[in-house]
Amino acid sequence: MRRARVLVAMSGGVDSSVAAALLVDAGHEVVGATMRTFCYSGTEAPSKTCCGLEGIADARRVADALGIPHYVFDVEEDFTRDVIDNFVSEYASGRTPNPCVRCNANTKFRDLMRRGQALGCDGIASGHYVRIEHSPTKGSALYRGVDRAKDQSYFLWGLPKEMLPLLHFPIGDLTKPRVRERARELAFATADKPESQEICFVPAGDYRELLRSRLEAPHPALQPGRLVRSGGEVVGEHSGYANFTVGQRKGLGGGFGEPIFVLEIHPDTREVVVGPRDELVSPGAEVADLNWLGDPPSVGARLRVQIRHRAPAAPAKALAAGPSMVLAFEEPQHAVTPGQSAVFFDGDRVLGGGSIARALGEAELTAGVA
Amino acid sequence: MHPIYLDNAATTPLRDEVRDAMLPILQGEFGNPSSPHAWGRRASARLEEARERVAGALGAGRREIYFVRGGTESDNLAILGRAEAVRARREPVHVVASAIEHRAILEASAIVEQRGGRRTLLSVRPEGTLDLDGLERALENRPAVVSVMTVNNEVGIRLPVEDVAERTHSRGVTFHTDAVQAVGKVPVRVDSVAVDLLSLTGHKIYGAKGTGVLFVRDGVEVSPLLYGGGQEQALRPGTEDVAGAVGMAVALELAVGEQESEAERLGGLREELEDRLRGGLSGLRVHGGRAHRAPHILNVGIPSVDPQLLLAGLDMHGIAVSAGSACESGGRGGSHVLEALYGPMDGMAAIRFSLGRHTTGEDVRRAAGATLSVVSAAYGGAVPA
Repeated sequence: MRRARVLVAMSGGVDSSVAAALLVDAGHEVVGATMRTFCYSGTEAPSKTCCGLEGIADARRVADALGIPHYVFDVEEDFTRDVIDNFVSEYASGRTPNPCVRCNANTKFRDLMRRGQALGCDGIASGHYVRIEHSPTKGSALYRGVDRAKDQSYFLWGLPKEMLPLLHFPIGDLTKPRVRERARELAFATADKPESQEICFVPAGDYRELLRSRLEAPHPALQPGRLVRSGGEVVGEHSGYANFTVGQRKGLGGGFGEPIFVLEIHPDTREVVVGPRDELVSPGAEVADLNWLGDPPSVGARLRVQIRHRAPAAPAKALAAGPSMVLAFEEPQHAVTPGQSAVFFDGDRVLGGGSIARALGEAELTAGVA
Repeated sequence: MHPIYLDNAATTPLRDEVRDAMLPILQGEFGNPSSPHAWGRRASARLEEARERVAGALGAGRREIYFVRGGTESDNLAILGRAEAVRARREPVHVVASAIEHRAILEASAIVEQRGGRRTLLSVRPEGTLDLDGLERALENRPAVVSVMTVNNEVGIRLPVEDVAERTHSRGVTFHTDAVQAVGKVPVRVDSVAVDLLSLTGHKIYGAKGTGVLFVRDGVEVSPLLYGGGQEQALRPGTEDVAGAVGMAVALELAVGEQESEAERLGGLREELEDRLRGGLSGLRVHGGRAHRAPHILNVGIPSVDPQLLLAGLDMHGIAVSAGSACESGGRGGSHVLEALYGPMDGMAAIRFSLGRHTTGEDVRRAAGATLSVVSAAYGGAVPA
């Protein structure tokens, strides 16, 4: 029988390098691919730091050490349209996007899949800290990574369900220290590369700069507006609502006599609603753009939902389910942020997710808003 | 099955004869040609022999051959060195080049522009004709240099260098040609063509990387880009790469000696490859297909596929080709050459096959078959009507 041919996404970082190595160890015929998603500098002349060429050189070196082919695929156009433009328009609409979710769901894995199929690959792999189990009877299921500090399941709920049977996540069973150790054993040049934390297309970590360069000036999202209390009382001015996210404390100025936080953002009036911490809690949320990796839950089902990266999953009840879902939290949740993902779990298993359309108050919940 | 290397326009393997000529110099005869002792004399003798052999192969005089460290350096020296020589005389600097030159010419001439000079790019049609009216107009400004390549590296088009050289030279204007892809494939002579400056590199003709030549016709002023010792008549200072020069000379002599027979052989193989691809792919476009072309390059456009995917698929079949040129495929964006010839390459993948002395009929047949199957896989199993 022919060995399975697996296309593995390689960024040049330590995680995907070790993922590729583990696939080789497992006896697969491995093909590496780096997706070139964007250009940092925006200049025409290619340079080392431009377009992640450094990462590409690292990935090629690792591939060479493993004796596997490696290819670079340009997906800049799709990535710009599906991820960066969306990121900008989400902020412009007063929401706080998860670009990695969007990329995994719309760009990265679909692009890998399409190319993998053309290259005769049977499977697709990446260096994400998640686990996947394939059962001939029960189908494929996605789980949190063993390393809870590195778990990336929050970012993968948007994968098309029909793609799951083809996926491999070789490092999901390992801890980060073990991954680094493995990289050192293999003498990968990438073994001690620092962690990449920022959004990849915001290398300096300042998304506001990106918004300024991509939103047509003068854009309302970047114009000053009023800071108001939830009762409507004007308490100050802000520099542009796109600079804020629900739950944010920084950048609001002082003199309120107590710590205050962003509660809501209203793009139509350019108002940013602020208030003390106890006003930041919501008993429910409306979740849209749902995607299910297994069977969709029925109305009334009890679920665990994670509403931001690194937050614990909180118990909640599905009050209404359809194209969007109304959730009632068992305990009111802090900073329910429109644009962020709500990811549903059953234990460690990822059931699916959606993006938070809005936080719901007690009145809206009892009125049974759908 | 053995891997098939069809990327000879990117680089070529070192020939045994070249290696055998270089090794004694790298090992025993390592002296510095400027040294006044026995080691220096040996090295200097080897270097001057090499210069003589290069001159002989091109029909040049010995003192007209300058060893440099590759094609890009040679091209840069021709453009920037000429521009500087003119600027030093306090005359306006104007550089004229074809729009499909190698980046080493285009970017060097863009630098001239940035520094306050002028640049004129002459358009080229897919049939290989150059904008001669534009050339005539530009010549009225008495440009510092006109640079038109002998053979284009991406599509293999031969440009009318004899005509351009004649027109340029008759106005007393300096003419440069980048002959990097031409030598060994088409006749390259400086005694029968009115060329003033000519660039070559070793590694496209089975020589070593980092070796090259700039021919400078006696009496043509070129200013150096580097300063230091007085080597290479102070035009390219720095301790000479004697082994490289010797390797360059051997590679060039062999390439020139074999040019006629090799051109015929490669031309036949290229034709077979082209026929097979045309036969299997109805949407195929042969770039420069109606132009006078060098025999070793076949550049084809294939609609609605990702060139990187085609390259990957071919690589998995053990077949090495490139998308556009090797230099272009490292960066982003399409090929300036194809855009200049055909306009925007909407959704069209360009693949360059470049044949070499090791290429056999079996190789091109396998490459054609693999290309058809990779394209069909990229189309999702079926070639669209």
